[in-house]
Amino acid sequence: MLEFLLERANYWAIIGLMMIGLYITFASGNLIKRIVGLSLFQTSVCLFYVTLGKVAGGTAPILYGADAVEHGGGHGAEAAHHAVTVPGGHALGNASAPVELVNTYSNVLPHVLMLTAIVVGVATLSVGLALIVRIREAYGTIEGDEVRDIDLETALAQEAEIDEWLNGAGA
Amino acid sequence: MIDFLLSSVPDWALAHAAPLLVMVPLMLAPVLALVPSGRIAWFVSIGATAASLVFALILLGIVQTSSSGVISYAMGNWLPPLGIEFRVDALNAMILVLVSAIGVLASVMSYPTVLAEIPKEKTALFYSAFLACFAGLCGVAITGDAFNLFVFLEVSSLSTYVLVALGASRDRRALHAAFNYLVMGTIGATFFIIGVGFLYAATGTLNMADIASKLPDLTGSRTVQAGFAFIVVGLGLKAAMWPLHQWLPNAYSYSPSFVTMFLSATATKVALYALIRFLFTVFSPRFAFEHAAFNAMLMPLGIAAMIACSFQAVFQTDVRRVLAYSSVAQVGYMILGISVGTVAGLSAGLFHLLNHAMIKGALFMAVAGVVLTYKGTNIRDFAGLGRSAPWTMTAFAIAGLSLIGVPLTAGFQSKLQLGYALFEHGWWWAVILVVFSSFLAVIYVGRILEAVFFQPPVNPRKTRKEAPIVLLVPLWILALANIYFGITTEIPLGLARDAALAAFGPEMFR
Repeated sequence: MLEFLLERANYWAIIGLMMIGLYITFASGNLIKRIVGLSLFQTSVCLFYVTLGKVAGGTAPILYGADAVEHGGGHGAEAAHHAVTVPGGHALGNASAPVELVNTYSNVLPHVLMLTAIVVGVATLSVGLALIVRIREAYGTIEGDEVRDIDLETALAQEAEIDEWLNGAGA
Repeated sequence: MIDFLLSSVPDWALAHAAPLLVMVPLMLAPVLALVPSGRIAWFVSIGATAASLVFALILLGIVQTSSSGVISYAMGNWLPPLGIEFRVDALNAMILVLVSAIGVLASVMSYPTVLAEIPKEKTALFYSAFLACFAGLCGVAITGDAFNLFVFLEVSSLSTYVLVALGASRDRRALHAAFNYLVMGTIGATFFIIGVGFLYAATGTLNMADIASKLPDLTGSRTVQAGFAFIVVGLGLKAAMWPLHQWLPNAYSYSPSFVTMFLSATATKVALYALIRFLFTVFSPRFAFEHAAFNAMLMPLGIAAMIACSFQAVFQTDVRRVLAYSSVAQVGYMILGISVGTVAGLSAGLFHLLNHAMIKGALFMAVAGVVLTYKGTNIRDFAGLGRSAPWTMTAFAIAGLSLIGVPLTAGFQSKLQLGYALFEHGWWWAVILVVFSSFLAVIYVGRILEAVFFQPPVNPRKTRKEAPIVLLVPLWILALANIYFGITTEIPLGLARDAALAAFGPEMFR
């Protein structure tokens, strides 16, 4: 049992962070806190992907030692796009003949995907914060409940106006 | 017409139509942010969307004439399972034509309403955000890579939040609506990438066709099933599937009227396309867990949307809210069609998707015209408009009747097809519920039409009688399309059938 728990320590941490993030997003009234929760939720996904890319015994995916020799020549060699096999058997690159590696590396692809996801997260965060600034200017508060109350009053006033008109038209 | 187009365009356009369709609006979006004049921005956005429409028609032509029915474009010449692939078949060719055609009509009608509702210094930026949103939607529809789909989904969503928030100069509630939409939309998109992560863990690839080829061996895997659940919930949130639609009514009723028109006809449709792509092409209705999901989840949710949201629509006093709730109900029809799980059901759902885009496009365009001339969207503001703005309101009435499903309109044809598919599957009771929901539509559309045509005008703010001509022309194109496709269904039904077959995978198509 303990082994089962410890083997998946990363995943427990991710699930925990994800749930904390979602809970803050839903339960908090303060708009800034909601955005913070959302950000936490998105970041936990980055951890999830990075965990997926971890290969047992693998190191950071930067060629070193015996593997790096071919790259000694600088940029000319890199331009050749020579192929590399990763554990799992997928060939990367355009060349047809894969090159066997001496050392074990983690899978690069999830890391690269998460660079994009981080950018998306930052963009979402900044749009959200910009909206909060505008909400504060328009309503004078950043508490979701207060904003909702103000909106409700506006809506009820409009409804009353229309009801009056409908009754007037019916009479 | 498509043959003529294919023979007259240069070779480079034929070879690179797929990336150009997305790149033209995507590249012009940041350029527009620097343009000082709103009028130039308007012309540029018409040009960009029109270029996309031409490329979409080229792609449709190639798909229809080629033997394989699939166009695959390897980005940067990195070959598909590893590189990002743009993959066009009959399903997304149809969606691309729909989105870009609505994009052209929307940008033509936009200028007067944008001028009236958006602060002058922000007009060019507004068009910049519009083009980014348009490019993102096209990108979602065209890409064959699951993670790339997420990126395009976020490109379109982020610009949508900005567009919705710009309604604040008319009504400050737009800000809170945009914020809620941002929170819900981001949760949806994040659920989607969690699901994609599970699929990647199970299959080791992100290319959708490649995932599809590896999944049949893994159907018992709990990883795949968890991924399926996350993807359906995430995309369902974006598509406003019934209990996940809470963001939609506020976002539609407070955003600028042009944005409402464009989003109602495209955004949920594209998310629904992504859902169909995953349900039918990546996963398959043959998998036991998906079959169970269709019967136990999608079908009840679709029916609940049809009934519950039609009821909610009946009790609204704001015309845009009525139409927004009706949109969720119409998504319910599409989900019901999808949940049948057969080619007939899916093609009925897709056919309704096409028709609903025309219906809601026309309705919200007419509402935009009323906002422009009378400044209000309450039912009261619509009273007596039948006499003072007959052209706008006649088009509104045609689209409204089509929404109900009156014979000789497009809405009738798609409900007929849905009914056939449901009967064929033995769900005759669902047909009764569809008819019941249509009666509710009679009530909520009828209330508006009654005010428009049979009540004396009470609105004192009559600045102009009719909407401007740039708005009337696209409005009438959509209204006449509703009647034309209600009489001859050959073109849209053929598109929807081909699309449904393509969705089931290349082995079913041709």
